[in-house]
Amino acid sequence: MISQIFSLAFLAQTIRITVPYSLASLGGVYSERGGVVNIALEGIILNGAFCATVGTYYTGSALFGVACGIAGGLLTALIHAVISIHIKADQIISGIAINLFAVGITKFVLEILFQSSSNSPRIAGLPHIHLGFIENQPDVANLLGNPLVLATIFIVIASHFIIFKTRFGLRLRSVGENPEAADTVGIGVTLYRYYGVLISGALAGLAGAWLAFDQHSFTDGMSAGRGYIALAAMIVGKWNPLGAAAACLLFGFAESLQIQLQGGGLPTQFIQMIPYVATIIALAGFIGKAVAPGADGIPYEKEK
Amino acid sequence: MTEKRHWLEHPATQNFLIPIFAVVLSFAVGAIFILIVGQDPFQVYSVLFSQTLGNSYGVGQLLFKTTPLIFTGLSVALCFKAGLFNIGAEGQLQIGAFMTALVGMYTVGVPAFIEIPLLVLAGMVGGGIWGFIPGYLKAKTGAHEVINTIMLNFVAAALVSFFVTNVFNVPATVHTPSIAPTGRIPRFDAVFSGFQGSPVNFSIVIALLAALFVWYYIDRTRYGYELRVVGLNSKAAEYGGISVSKNIIVSMVIGGAIAGLVGTNYVMGYKYYFEEGFSTGTGFMGIAVALLGNNNPFGVILAALLFGMLEYGGLVINTMVPKELVSILQAIVIIFVISSNKIFRKILVNFLKKRTLSIND
Amino acid sequence: MPYAIELLNITKRFARTTANDDITLKVESGSIHALVGENGAGKTTLMETLYGLYQPDSGRIRIHGKEVSIRSPHDSIRLGIGMVHQHFMLVPPLTVLENIVLGAETTRYSLLDLKKTTAEISELAGRFSLSVPLDEKVENIGVGIQQRVEILKAIYRKADILVLDEPTAVLTPQEAVQLFKILSELKEEGKTIVLITHKLNEVMAISDRVSVMRKGKIAGEVETAKTNPQELAQMMVGRPVLLRVEKAEKKAGEPVLAINDLSYVDRRGISLLKKVSLEVGSGEILGIAGVEGNGQSQLVECIAGLMKPSSGSITLDGISISGLTPRDVFARGLAHVPEDRIKRGLVVEMDVKENLILGLHNQPQFSSRLAVNRKSIMDNARFLITKYDIRPVDPDIHARGLSGGNQQKVIIARELSRNAQVIIASQPTRGVDIGGIEFIHRTLVEARDAGKAVLLVSADLNEILSLSDRIAVMYDGRIVKVFPNSKVEESELGLYMTGSKGDSQMKAVGS
Repeated sequence: MISQIFSLAFLAQTIRITVPYSLASLGGVYSERGGVVNIALEGIILNGAFCATVGTYYTGSALFGVACGIAGGLLTALIHAVISIHIKADQIISGIAINLFAVGITKFVLEILFQSSSNSPRIAGLPHIHLGFIENQPDVANLLGNPLVLATIFIVIASHFIIFKTRFGLRLRSVGENPEAADTVGIGVTLYRYYGVLISGALAGLAGAWLAFDQHSFTDGMSAGRGYIALAAMIVGKWNPLGAAAACLLFGFAESLQIQLQGGGLPTQFIQMIPYVATIIALAGFIGKAVAPGADGIPYEKEK
Repeated sequence: MTEKRHWLEHPATQNFLIPIFAVVLSFAVGAIFILIVGQDPFQVYSVLFSQTLGNSYGVGQLLFKTTPLIFTGLSVALCFKAGLFNIGAEGQLQIGAFMTALVGMYTVGVPAFIEIPLLVLAGMVGGGIWGFIPGYLKAKTGAHEVINTIMLNFVAAALVSFFVTNVFNVPATVHTPSIAPTGRIPRFDAVFSGFQGSPVNFSIVIALLAALFVWYYIDRTRYGYELRVVGLNSKAAEYGGISVSKNIIVSMVIGGAIAGLVGTNYVMGYKYYFEEGFSTGTGFMGIAVALLGNNNPFGVILAALLFGMLEYGGLVINTMVPKELVSILQAIVIIFVISSNKIFRKILVNFLKKRTLSIND
Repeated sequence: MPYAIELLNITKRFARTTANDDITLKVESGSIHALVGENGAGKTTLMETLYGLYQPDSGRIRIHGKEVSIRSPHDSIRLGIGMVHQHFMLVPPLTVLENIVLGAETTRYSLLDLKKTTAEISELAGRFSLSVPLDEKVENIGVGIQQRVEILKAIYRKADILVLDEPTAVLTPQEAVQLFKILSELKEEGKTIVLITHKLNEVMAISDRVSVMRKGKIAGEVETAKTNPQELAQMMVGRPVLLRVEKAEKKAGEPVLAINDLSYVDRRGISLLKKVSLEVGSGEILGIAGVEGNGQSQLVECIAGLMKPSSGSITLDGISISGLTPRDVFARGLAHVPEDRIKRGLVVEMDVKENLILGLHNQPQFSSRLAVNRKSIMDNARFLITKYDIRPVDPDIHARGLSGGNQQKVIIARELSRNAQVIIASQPTRGVDIGGIEFIHRTLVEARDAGKAVLLVSADLNEILSLSDRIAVMYDGRIVKVFPNSKVEESELGLYMTGSKGDSQMKAVGS
């Protein structure tokens, strides 16, 4: 039983689920470390998935599709950035509106392009790198050789260094914690906040591209709450890249366990609850309080 | 000190003008989308209005869509007055509607004059409990209600899903058995023949009463006074002897209870059972409704009517443009409302400045 | 000696006030120059203008003899100007090291080169005796150390001009001594230092020259060696026409408010109130003079139930009110005009009529369980607006739309309408126009004549002197002196307020 569950296929399943969570969650980390709450992750993922699908469908190039996914994410994040940073409107409402907008616009364009409001035609998946082992399990080998999986692992580790060990990261954190202090040492608060939100757009857009390629098509509402789970993982991971990725892995593990156990054992709904309940517990401080960056969600007003 | 202000400068005028400005602007942006599809915006919009407002069936559909939006809009608006952002109306209405159905299926034989209030109460208790959790956590641990209410939406969805697929369901369905016949709220078409076939029912009266209650509570009672002080300036509340944490909990509970009333429309007035996935983002839409209605109960009713019209309107224009046009419109309305508070005022100030200058010339 | 800083004819206006009015200030290179003045004299604005946080409306700035334009801190940092703000500009969750290098990082292969930076900073820290724990997070270190971090931050940016705004306000006396040693060393190294303060003993101890500011203007500049605290105190407070209030001599009645050995220690373990004892009798105004930040706010908030005292007792009419909620304290007969009317005293987005019942809203004439009594709330507003001459005469206007003076009248009207035995008025006329000041003063004296016990806290000496029957001076969390009547020289008060005189613990009991 145990060996059945923890097979290579199970590992592959877990990774498949964890990749988009991690990318979007890291996106959340960049945005919120810079002081902008990003509930729009859900919509960014959706738009990213859509753009990746359309890009791939019309050019036949997966690479171009990935680029389109990132561009779609960037563009969506740009809307959020302008509303939050420039207009200084409510970031939470902006995020909700963008999520709603993404649901509408993707279906709208889907219908125009493909005369269906529910799904796109099939697209090819991503080419994969031959790793030269576990060839007897081609599915698993393909997954582990998927450039996006490798990229995600790289991005997770790189993000840790970027946020904690580079000049950029230090400045990003300072504008998210105390923009006034950053301003007094000559750091452009607006600029760094844009960086944070736009990076989150690129990453969540990439997460969307992953979903599209994994499923070989776009289906309406395919982000399916992943943006919120990413947000949850970011909180449980205490706004740290490694922590967020670890939380994503935990959530991904629980989810694939749920798929594995379908029909037996614990009701699936209770496993579904894990990320959300974990977040509530983390926020309440029962397991070491998760504290958001000091100026998270607060627009910076320069004039006193 | 008593310099005369231009009428456009009064907050009340602005509160009224900004939403209208936002709605008009989003219809204009929507027109661009319609043009992209190759249709005539005027024609599409005229179909949208005539098919929803022009006949009683359309009006009935519109009102049916409006009712839940009034509940969730009120829920968000009341919490907002206390300085709280209730993104959890979706979860609160799930739990509330489920409780209504649950109590309804086990209370067969109770006379209507007891059964109906009982089921209404069940919905309020369910929603209230779901509002209490984030309220309590905010008051006691400072945990932000925005994240907690979002998370609780998903927990609620999973919880009711578990119950309607495993415990309280009609086999092979994802809905509960029917509620007691005495717990049903009559449809309009039972009284007015013109509404034949449309699902609108008298739960809309409950929605209007809820709006009246929220207005009275906020505007006419000492509790509402305290709630507003807490929402506007918690340090002044503390100074004035008003308990901030008590008010946070109470307003989340009341907000949750009002959202929990959504079940009166669907469970008591339409299908007579609870079904998984019956609400498609009504709770989130409540945020838009509250925002557009300027958190005023009567504004909420008007905004809910507009959004109700759009929700049904998507279906009537679907042959001309994809019905998702309305989701786009709704999103753009929200973006314009939050942005125009800043932009509109800036434009206004510049306009008034120029005007004064030209007069002085 | 050449000048490091020359501020020439600087004028800076804000919406309602002129913070700096044609100010010229020259600071010699390699000196410590003190800039003193009361709160609101414009010292901080002037220095923040130098630092590039504000743009002057007119005037020129020369640094080391060269005319410069400073548009942002970026420019001032480049010119070698460092500023230690009164509220530290540190990022709490970052480490000391990260805070120091922020904005001026050294990188190697695009990673922060902390090794090299650590060596550099350790060297600097050693040279100026500024030992700090580089790897500790700023949120975990005390304010004294945080200040060193701020100084190091400036020096690391190669600042040779250092502005410190009220640097000792948050320090213990020991830490202050340490700071002065550091400043002397910095001066030895050739740095130019501007010290904003209002503590005259500090000025005497460390500065080479002093400029005194009063109401946005320079009131005088002297060499420290050639002056004394008395003269400086006189310059600081000036000799404007005193707003004398008609006030009959009156014998105070029985003590109504009695405070005994009240202490308050904040979360970080800093003692802000040290065994304060005082009594206020009926029909008396006890004025508490003192530079802000010496424990007055904590004293008032402890009495009003907004803070829980660490020890000691507070009684009102013989009954203890210590540790009660604000609501219960009000019920026992206290009225409280808070020092910050916008943050505490008013809900500016609410009507005047609703502001006039804050804290009274539960009283039966204004609301029952089921409904508020709109008519009586409106009548109350009309009555108080007329009685206290609140303008505009409009109960329905938001409090935000009122001038500062009228906002303050709303609070005073409300608090006096409680008909409480004890009235605490904290900075009651701050930001209020002359007409409003007179009215508020007259109102407080009338309350006193009607037998109320009034505790007046003010940073404005004129106000204290013209209203008080007795005066207590607070310094460093203690009552350092009590004058049995108001016949006292301002400069004398100034000496106690600035810690130059009267270190022994006094009890303001009895009259």
